[in-house]
Amino acid sequence: MARDIVATMTGFARTLRAAGVAADHERTQNLLRALSALDAGVPADVYWAGRLTLCASPDDLARYDRCFTAYFGGLRAAPARPGAPVVTVTRHTAAFDGHPGTRDTEPEILATSATEAETLRHRDVAGLSAAERAEVHRLLALLGGHRSRRGSRRFTPSHRGGLDHRRTTREMLRRGGEVAALRRRTHRTRPRRVVLVVDVSGSMTPYADTLLRLAHALVRSEPRATEAFSAGTRLTRLTAELRHRDPGLAMDAASAAIPDWSGGTRLGEELKALLTLHVARGATVVIASDGWERGDAGLLGAQMARLARLAHRVIWVNPHKGHEGYEPLTAGMRAALPYIDDFVAGHSLAAFEELAERLGHA
Amino acid sequence: MLSKLSGRAADIDSPTRLADLLDQQAYLADEGLATACFLALRMGRPLFLEGEAGVGKTELAKTLATVLHAPLIRLQCYEGLDAAQALYDWDFARQLLHLKAAEAAGITDAAKLEGELYDRRFLIARPLLQALETQPSVLLVDEIDRGDDEFEAFLLEILSDYTISVPELGTIRASSPPVVVVTSNRTREVHDALKRRCLYHWLEHPPFDREVAILQRRLPHCSETLARQVARAAERLRGADLVKPPGIAETLDWAEALLTLGARDLDPGTAAATLGAVLKHREDQTAALRNGLFGGT
Repeated sequence: MARDIVATMTGFARTLRAAGVAADHERTQNLLRALSALDAGVPADVYWAGRLTLCASPDDLARYDRCFTAYFGGLRAAPARPGAPVVTVTRHTAAFDGHPGTRDTEPEILATSATEAETLRHRDVAGLSAAERAEVHRLLALLGGHRSRRGSRRFTPSHRGGLDHRRTTREMLRRGGEVAALRRRTHRTRPRRVVLVVDVSGSMTPYADTLLRLAHALVRSEPRATEAFSAGTRLTRLTAELRHRDPGLAMDAASAAIPDWSGGTRLGEELKALLTLHVARGATVVIASDGWERGDAGLLGAQMARLARLAHRVIWVNPHKGHEGYEPLTAGMRAALPYIDDFVAGHSLAAFEELAERLGHA
Repeated sequence: MLSKLSGRAADIDSPTRLADLLDQQAYLADEGLATACFLALRMGRPLFLEGEAGVGKTELAKTLATVLHAPLIRLQCYEGLDAAQALYDWDFARQLLHLKAAEAAGITDAAKLEGELYDRRFLIARPLLQALETQPSVLLVDEIDRGDDEFEAFLLEILSDYTISVPELGTIRASSPPVVVVTSNRTREVHDALKRRCLYHWLEHPPFDREVAILQRRLPHCSETLARQVARAAERLRGADLVKPPGIAETLDWAEALLTLGARDLDPGTAAATLGAVLKHREDQTAALRNGLFGGT
């Protein structure tokens, strides 16, 4: 193949990578292979060869089209811009600046006696000092160890269950054809998927950070069976960001990925978006929100009804439920209530421990 | 670099030629899809087709098999699909009979017995092995997103060098690789390593004119008026924010239902009577009737 074609195509792939398409070396080789079967002088052939070999998802296609026009239209493509635009984020401590209970001057290391730790467990996280919060976060990271399990279609050797032909044949061979011991197998189990949706709107600001840390603990404990989302004005998938081992790094990554901190909530539309992702089927869905719905409560009700039919269990975590005299009066909460299996509090460490326990048995 | 082509595939020298052949089998492929199929044949790479349910992914594999005069070998994916169902399994009952027969004949040499027991004739070929042993063939790995990641891993192994190794028997290699079509409804993100092996194509709902053409091509008794009305209504339904917008498969079913009833026109009455052919969710049916999404051209 002519050298200038190779150079042009490699450059094109580089442009695509800068735009966020995973056009790696192997894919570029495929493109060159594809072009040798087509006509590299025909724009349509170049377009399709590139699109078929370099793209891997519908999201890639729009980027591909932009890059194609820019690159082959005689223009240089825009400089590298990794991922979504980074939004300035309200840091978790920022919400407590000026809070009457803030004691930022307190030393970071908190000497806790057993009783203090016990009191801390039941205190509302919204009213904690920075050091106390750090302690709560440390304890939060230990949660999420247990996960309820569901039957899988795969098999594992067992003492009970159906006949395991392969192992029985092997055993018989070993004994010269004598049926000595029947080997059995039974279905394996897998952890049930948990889908966590954390409301990061303005009214949830005091709790959002702690809830995201809980999400991190859950994602870390079962990375392949947990999905985490933030919900504000739009739904953002945070699973990849929360896979970092270090809670601090994970929080930074998640913060950078969330474009709509402290805005309003359109929970109905976000649940609708969640349902199109097909992650809820058979999963335990946990929604952490106070139910202050800015959008149509009727839409929220309809989506909750669909969610309840698809999911294994729907758990709603409301930080205000732990407060004395709480009544679910907000329109959103009232619309959602008929479809909730468990309505639990989410304001203190003890409440989160209870939630984690519930995920172990649900 | 390019795979050896045998039989019918060797005659196909351009995407346009392939599109013509598909057209003869009543499958209308646009430029992108025809190029994708052509490259899949030429490069010996699997074709990874993604798109909404009912845009004709499975149908393409079937038509491709007809065009290439090759048998279609289909593997429907589901969670827990394992090697015994996808690759091969040993025929336990026959192995047992063989062991008993050997015992009766007084053969006790364990090594010899083992060699006989794990012979090719006791191996049951499942779809993936069948596809490697049949030349030419079209292998359809349908709805891979329904399978689990363990399955993706061994599919990747097979698609990278078209061999299957059976520990007791050795490696089975395809002399020329089958044409592979992998489909996904995107209910789950498939691992990138697998996609990298494949040519990726996203199938869209057909535009209005193409849909009319498809309806008439598939249903010769369908008048142009009816085809246009049905396609127009389908287009409107797709824009109407439904739980499950109708795919081309549903539109075809719908037109067929209308033809069966002897309808010449799509009016609100006939539309309501045949609603179940095109909308499969109660919420969608109510919404469509309430908002008057049917009828008219």
